[in-house]
Amino acid sequence: MIKKRINIRMSGLGGQGAVTAAHVMAMAASRDGKFAISNPFFGAEKRMAPAESYCRIGINRIYDRGELVFPDVIEVFHPQVITMGKSYTMPFYSGIKEGGVVIINSDIPLLSDEDVKTLKDLNVSTFYIAGTTIALEVAGTELSTNMTMIGSVAGITKCVSMEGLDGALQERFGKKFVASGGTATLDEAIKKKFAKKEMLLQKNLDTVKRAYQIAAEWAEKNNVELAVAEA
Amino acid sequence: MATQTVIGSKNKKDQVYTDPWKMMNEAERTPSFFTGSEVIKEALRRASCDVMIAYPITPQSEAAALIGELFAEGYIGDYFRGESEFAVMSQCAGAAFGGARVFTTTAGPGTMRAMENFPMWAGARLPIQMIVTCRGINSPLSIQPDTLEISYLMQTGMLVWHAETAQDFYDWILKGYMVSEEPDVHLPLALCCDGFFVTHTKDMVDLTPADMCLPPYDPYRSPVPCMDMECPPVRMMRDPFVMKSNYISYATHASWQQEVWAAVERSRKHTIAWLDGLIEIEKPDAEVLIVTSGTAVSQGREAITLLEEEGIDVGLVKVKTLRPWPGEEIREATKHAKHIIVPEFNVAGWMAREIRATIPNSERVYAGPHVCGGMTMPPEIIAADIKSAMGIKTSALAGRGS
Repeated sequence: MIKKRINIRMSGLGGQGAVTAAHVMAMAASRDGKFAISNPFFGAEKRMAPAESYCRIGINRIYDRGELVFPDVIEVFHPQVITMGKSYTMPFYSGIKEGGVVIINSDIPLLSDEDVKTLKDLNVSTFYIAGTTIALEVAGTELSTNMTMIGSVAGITKCVSMEGLDGALQERFGKKFVASGGTATLDEAIKKKFAKKEMLLQKNLDTVKRAYQIAAEWAEKNNVELAVAEA
Repeated sequence: MATQTVIGSKNKKDQVYTDPWKMMNEAERTPSFFTGSEVIKEALRRASCDVMIAYPITPQSEAAALIGELFAEGYIGDYFRGESEFAVMSQCAGAAFGGARVFTTTAGPGTMRAMENFPMWAGARLPIQMIVTCRGINSPLSIQPDTLEISYLMQTGMLVWHAETAQDFYDWILKGYMVSEEPDVHLPLALCCDGFFVTHTKDMVDLTPADMCLPPYDPYRSPVPCMDMECPPVRMMRDPFVMKSNYISYATHASWQQEVWAAVERSRKHTIAWLDGLIEIEKPDAEVLIVTSGTAVSQGREAITLLEEEGIDVGLVKVKTLRPWPGEEIREATKHAKHIIVPEFNVAGWMAREIRATIPNSERVYAGPHVCGGMTMPPEIIAADIKSAMGIKTSALAGRGS
């Protein structure tokens, strides 16, 4: 399916970087010359509490903002979003559009037979990626899990380029960034994991690339097409 | 005038004091992909602000912290944290009485807590600028956007503008000082936006050059003298009317309160020039018009696109300023409309009430859809309400929670 705009809903847990992931995606799309808007939605900032962010990417000016009720892509950053209902609504995929894609960070299947049937009836494809495992392997820290979620959605939809992502990551982590207290603390935490800032950027980019490759291969093999362009 | 003599000279940060009209309308703009909070900081960098007073409350805390960074960089005259929102707004009054260009930010419960100060600011003719990043104020608690607090601000005598996007915010912060510091206006401005939808959203914004800034505030253009120990601003400071009950005190109140509202009206001509009108109209000939302000305008624009695909023509009136209220403009713009749809991010529907009180045949006004407590407003539900107002059958939407 080729759409003028795709809407990505990222459901994660506080501290996983779902907000950062949406911002990085939107920054990359903007660098690529597309229109993009990203925004977060969370309650009190608390690790492991449900947190969501949204990224809209399109070929025309975007006005829509706020919680994404009818997404094309849903990314699940943590199994607990599904298994413990740490989603703003149950089931986590409510509102997904026909022909959409669900991307789940898990090394084992998590959906019930009923969920699988509902998604199949809507012609929604489901892609599992062992994101946290990949983050540990490539970057050496699970804090880079969000990079695998960026890579996954980019690999399947090609809605942002690798060049755009590289630039966006440098913009986000390469300079002083003032955000809320929670985000600032996590930024410091991830910077301490790496000897140098350049290494952080490189390892994160490598993580994005690995996930991108796996996701792109999956999409090609399963004939999943969801792209942003003039229809 | 003093302000004109500084044009072309540089401040300590090497920024050139620039003619505000040229800076805002003619200087080259740089597109930047920023959150609303970052945009507030960038506007303040160019605002020649003397005093910023901060107090943390979501969703304005980031903007307040970022302006702290600006202070550290040397762009703000003075910056400190008050002990509560009430204290902040009182301290803002003190700084403005002293002749400073003052800026502060607040949200939701903070706005309500500080409310006593706002009619006082207006009555004392203090051109303070306050950013209001609206959030829920009711119990149960919410940190998410809800525009109910704006309805309280509308009766304070302050100027009240409602920005739709971060771009509005950037331009209106700088233009806001130009309007509110005019001698025939000289009133505080509550520059509102829907929290999170503007403050925490990354969007493309065109910025003016960082090496240009507004000329400084000239307190001697104030219609009431700025405060020094020789000359208190108005006699009430030493001899308050509250101590008296006589016809002189009543008459003074009556004339002064009318003067404040007259000043709100006098801001109209300046605001029309700076904001290019108090409203913006799209497709004025459509039978159905969405009339609203803030983020509801953005969601309305998306609903219009959705309905276009179905062959339904819908127009739009974006209300930029709530005080002054563009009554004449709205009457004219809605002259031919059969249905006037007013989507709002609050449950009270204050915007629909204002519009009903403004136009003839107010049964044309459909108050809704309403969302509150931070709920989002998908364009799909605006489109569904428009269809139902037009008598077109629609099926229920299966969204989240259904």
